Order: sequence, then structure tokens, then C-alpha cells
Amino acid sequence: MSEAPPLTEFRDEIRAWLEANAPASLRGTSPCGPFDGYWGGKKHPPVDPDVLRWRDLCLERGLTAPTWPKAYGGAGLDRDHAVVFYEELRAMGLPRPVVGFGFAMIGPTLLEFGNEAQKREHLPRICAGEIRWCQGYSEPNAGSDLANVQMRAVRDGDHFVVDGQKVWTSHADKSDWIFCLVRTDPTAKKQRGISFLLVDMDTPGVTPREIELISGSSPFCETFFEGVRVPLGNVVGEVNSGWTVAKALLGHERSMIGQSIGRAPGSGQRELVAKARHHLGAAEGPLPDPLLRDAIAHNGMDEEAFQLTLARLAQTREAGASPGSESSILKIAATEMKQRRYTLGMRIAGEEGLGWTDDGFDAQDVDFTRGWLRSRANTIEGGSSEIQLNIIAKRVLGLPDGK
Amino acid sequence: MASEDSPLWMLLDEGQQMLASTAAQFLSKSAPVGRLRELPRAPGADGFSRALWAEMAELGWLGLQIPEAHGGLGLGFFDLAIVLEASGQTLMPEPFVSTLLLGAQALLLGGTDAQRARYLPGVADGSRLLALAYDERGMRGDLSRLRASATREADGFTLRGVKPHALDAHVADAIVVAARVEPGDAIGLFIVPRDAAGLAIEREQRMDLLNAATVRLDAVRVGEDAVVGPLETSEALLSAVLDRARIGLSAQMLGAMERAFEMTVAYLKERVQFGVPIGSFQALQHRAARLFIEIALARSSVLAAARAVDDRPAEVPRLAALAKAKCGEAFWQVAAEAIQMHGGIGMTAEHDIGFYFKRAQAAEVMFGDGATQRRRWAEACGY
Repeated sequence: MSEAPPLTEFRDEIRAWLEANAPASLRGTSPCGPFDGYWGGKKHPPVDPDVLRWRDLCLERGLTAPTWPKAYGGAGLDRDHAVVFYEELRAMGLPRPVVGFGFAMIGPTLLEFGNEAQKREHLPRICAGEIRWCQGYSEPNAGSDLANVQMRAVRDGDHFVVDGQKVWTSHADKSDWIFCLVRTDPTAKKQRGISFLLVDMDTPGVTPREIELISGSSPFCETFFEGVRVPLGNVVGEVNSGWTVAKALLGHERSMIGQSIGRAPGSGQRELVAKARHHLGAAEGPLPDPLLRDAIAHNGMDEEAFQLTLARLAQTREAGASPGSESSILKIAATEMKQRRYTLGMRIAGEEGLGWTDDGFDAQDVDFTRGWLRSRANTIEGGSSEIQLNIIAKRVLGLPDGK
Repeated sequence: MASEDSPLWMLLDEGQQMLASTAAQFLSKSAPVGRLRELPRAPGADGFSRALWAEMAELGWLGLQIPEAHGGLGLGFFDLAIVLEASGQTLMPEPFVSTLLLGAQALLLGGTDAQRARYLPGVADGSRLLALAYDERGMRGDLSRLRASATREADGFTLRGVKPHALDAHVADAIVVAARVEPGDAIGLFIVPRDAAGLAIEREQRMDLLNAATVRLDAVRVGEDAVVGPLETSEALLSAVLDRARIGLSAQMLGAMERAFEMTVAYLKERVQFGVPIGSFQALQHRAARLFIEIALARSSVLAAARAVDDRPAEVPRLAALAKAKCGEAFWQVAAEAIQMHGGIGMTAEHDIGFYFKRAQAAEVMFGDGATQRRRWAEACGY
């Protein structure tokens, strides 16, 4: 499908192009993960002009969404070429030109399930970072039990009228559009009566409200829908067949989360050792507290075993095979490990880790403390650990369903 | 610290995949774990099957990593680890660790041409068994506390000391002994033939059914030609040999935990209580799923460490510590849960799962337990 040159040639070409064009101010600034880049949207606060220049440079070549067809603003590259592109970005420490749920979740889903009009309307604007998207999945009574969504969409002429509430909508207050699961047939059984709907956040009756987390930050909102009129043409796939689309999108979400958990090898351990040296006042040599040293080594080993597992699964894909059942461990293993790392960091910081602001505390310690609090959500969001364990038990181990 | 290079290649090539499945099939059939009950434990008995050892020699498995010049196949340590993993599945008590890991690796890494020519062909064809006697009571692997002595004489050395728990020393044709050279402070390795005067070997009985013996050296005379590796570097040689043993044992532990887990998942599907298979209870499902995660992480550690022996020697000490610690933890956890999930039947001597629990404890403490490995890891990482 790709007319691109062979990989090694392509790599040289990309590298030369980046050397010549990538803004100097952005080089060496980013780990280039799936959340490291320009989130875009009409409500984006003023931004460094180099970020926009970088976006424009890539956009011109279709490289904000390298694997999407050229007709919709992409570069039409295959997966291997896209990987090379990101590897070169990472090597230069450049951020991704455009990131967000548009690029990572709804875009690929529209490519698979959207009609031509939907693709033409939305994909180019995602490529340009013009429109920011958020995810309207969870509801107060539909968390892990997602198929229990209750938000109603009732047909009225050539529109649906939507009433209900979504929750945990990441950055709904900063987003322009939302993709939602709505119940279009309340008489059908659970999964059967759900439709997948695209809603402009500017439509009257849509109200996002920030939720403050225990960390003090508000990455999530609850979003209320009151008599919101949405054109019928905004249904993706068939009416009442939204569950299929929803599951495909969850696959893209998992893949995004999967990409976000790769960190520089050994970086967690380096951070903990530096923290211990700082708080224990031990500039060099063996750490003076053998229990702490043992705990850091334990965490460092867990980190390495996880990194090796990520690498092994990547090698399996590289060799053309399916990584199979073992990839089901990644989300839970990564998030629980991250929580253990934060917990250990808090133990190292002791009372210096009790700050809420930098009045009386180091800003660095305060940031860590807030990160520790935020990390508790990692085993809940994006499929809780319990859901991950269910998946392993049932789909991988083949254990039977309960009565 | 972690390497900046690309990650070690952890996949098996086609030939290695074939080796893995052939070995697993063959050993499941000819060495089922239940035979641990029958292998004679009486004094004088070997505690393993010499016939099976000879058969594996026929198949080329004992000489996989031994150079062709010495009668082997000249493949890598990674290939050897594949067979070790298979041998671990049924907890084979055959002398893999003593002969292929400790003895043969000492000669491969530090032996003279004459020593290699004398011993390695016999290792590859199964006719010779080796052992290593290094640890002492109260020493716990800390070489600074090693007390056995090698007194320098005009024409060689006189060895004195007691070495308990030397794997397979009861059947070894030659034993590599670690002793402190006097005068001086260096630790030397000496290869001692089984019939040397003053050498006494007393068979031990272990709960995990591996075979070991106490080696007593009462003024054993050896010549200069018994020294393995130049004396100045023997201590480093011993560390390198032990690292390879840690990795090889970890491969066996991986095989063992995989099999114990398989048996347990099968039992969860078949055992009915309250009118349903107990595997339908979420309390058990989640615990089983957690074991699956731990095994996957342990597997990566073993594969990377085994590859490092062939491709990145500088990373071996760190990765050997990683593999041993991860496997120790995971195997123990799997084996303990295996017994709990089997319920009462798992406590009976009649059921095989108990063998895995005993071996998990033995493997955890051999060549340094988890805490020891974490200390070595921290040292290797500079803290």
C-alpha cells in the first residue's frame, strides 16, 4: 500500500529532513510518547510559535498522522515506516507534532467504521490539531460495567435528542467534540441497544464540569447533556450496533496506553536512587539504609523485567508473529509497578513528602507527592486492574465463567 | 545501570524452537515428575537415572555448548538454557547444574587445554560427571569467609577443608574445589579426581530430591596441573561460573513454575465444589492471573540473561542477579499458591505438586537468595 522508499533509505531521508527543519527550541525536550506533543483544539491556551511551526511542517508532509491515507491528511505510510519516523523523533528528543484522543482513538476508529462524509469532515481537522476530542464512555453507573450506559438518545426527525450524564471525560472542558456511547434502544439487552455518536461540544445543552482529584489536579470532567440535538449523520456505524465500534476504539485506547508505558530503561531506579541520595545525604557509595537499598533494588529489578518483557513482545511483532496472550499483562504490570515506585519514593522522602505547596517544602517533592496521589488512578482508569485480571483469567487461562 | 544498546534478543530461532519442543516432549515422557518418588534414596544409590543421562548425551544435549574440538556441538549458552528449562518442568535431579553449569563452565572459562581435553569430551558423551565444592557452613556464598586451605608445596598444593551441600559430588568423577592459597590470600580453584587420597564424600539426603554430598578434604595432594584458571584470577572465575549457574538454574526454575502453574490451572477447571468448577470463582481467577503475570516477567529475565552470556558478557552479573531473584520470587509464589489451590490433595505425598513446593524453596536459597541477589544488583548499579 505504501509508495515509500525502503526503510533504511526512509530513515536517512527523515533524519536529514529533521536535521534541516525541526525547530531547534524543541529538540531534546520530549520523550515523544503518545501524550507528549501539541494537543490542539480551539480552546488551547496560547502556545510557543515553534510548536505550531513544527505542527505545520509535519502537516505539510502528512506526518502528523503518518499512517492515515493522504486523502484525509495523512502520509499513507505503513506501520513500519511510521515506527521509523517516531524513532527518529525520539532520537532527537522532539515532541509529536499532534497528539490527543482524536489522533489516537477516534481517528483510527473512523477509518475503520466511519462513512465517507464523516472521514472527510473529521480526519483532516484531527491531522491539523484543529479539533480536540474527548471520550464519553463512563457514566455514574457504567464504569467497569461499561455496557450499562444509560444516556438516552431519542430520535426526533433527522436528529437524536440526547439526555444524560457522562463522567471521567478527560479534558472535556478543553475539547471541541466528544464521541459518546448512547442508549438508542432501551428495550434491547445491554450491548444491543447502544449507538456510537459524535457530538459537537458547542451544541446547546452540553455542560462539562471539572472534577477535582485527590492530587489537586482536574484532568477529568463530568459532562451533562440536556436536550442536546445531534444530527442523525453523526452516528458511526449502524444505529444500535455501537458496541462493536466501542470495542474497536477500546483496542486503540489500550494501544495508546501501551505506548505510553515504555520509559527510558532504568530511569525509575535512577530517580529513586537520586532521591535517596538527596534525602539520606549520601552522595556516593552504598546507600546507608540497607532496607531502603533492598527495596529500591527490588523496584529496579521489577522495572527491568518489565522493560525486557516489552522488548520481547516488540521483538515478537518484529519477527512477524503475534505477541499473543502475554500482552494482556502490560497494563496491570506497568501501572502497579508505577504505584510501587511512587510509594517507595514517598517512603524515601519521609516528612519532606508531606507538602501540598512549596511553602515549607521543595517544589520537586511537592510535584512527586501529587504524582503519587495521581498514580492511584492508574489502576482504575482505562480498564481497572480487576478487569485486566478478569481478561487474563478468562481469555488467556480459559477459566470458566461464574454461575 | 541498564544498557544503552538495543535490548538483548530474547526470541528462539526455528532450530531452537524445535529443540525446546523436542526436549519438553521427550522429558515429559521419559522423566515424569512422579519418578522422584521411586528414584532410590538409599546410601550408594545415585538418585538419578544414568540411562537417561546417556540418552540425553546421544541426543547431543549434554554437549550443546561444548566446542566441537572437545566433542560438543559448539552452540551457545542460550541453547543450553532451552534444554535446562525443559529439564526443570519435571524437576529432573540429573546432574545438569553440577556437571554442565558448575564443572563444565569452570573448565570452559578457565581450564587449561589439557584439563579441557581430559574432561570435556566425557561431559559431552555423558561418561563423566563433575561437581563444584565451594560453599562452607556459615559462609553463605561470601567468599571472604571461605576457610578451606590450599597450602603451597614444592610440587603442588595440599588441600584441607569441609564443603557441605556440593551438588552431585557423590557421583562426580572430578570435583572442582575452592580453597584459600597459603601463603597469600588468593582463592584458587583446583580440580580433584574422585579417587584422590584423603578425599571423603558423604552423601546427603535433601527434601527437594536434588542430590548432594559433603566433601571432606583431609590433606589431599594435587599437582600444579590441578589449578583451574591462573590463581590471580580464580576468584573472578568462580564468580563468573556461579553467575552462569544462577542463570542456568533460573532456566530450570522457569520450566518448573510453568509446569506447576499448568497443573494448577488444569485443577481449577476440573475440581468441582458447590456444584461448579472452583476456577469459576473470581477469588481464585485473580490469583491465578497474577501468577501468569509473574511468570511472564520471570521468562523475560531468564531469556535476556541467557542471551547475555553469549552476546554481552559485561551485563551477565547484573542480569544473573535479576533472573535469579525474579525466578526465586515467582517460583515460590506459584508453588505456594499451587498447594493452596489444590487444597488437601496438594498436601499429600501422593500428589506431585508438593515436589514443586520443596524445589522452589531449595532453588530460592541456592547460589544466593533474593536479598543477596538484590544486594549484588545494587552494587552493579552503583548504589
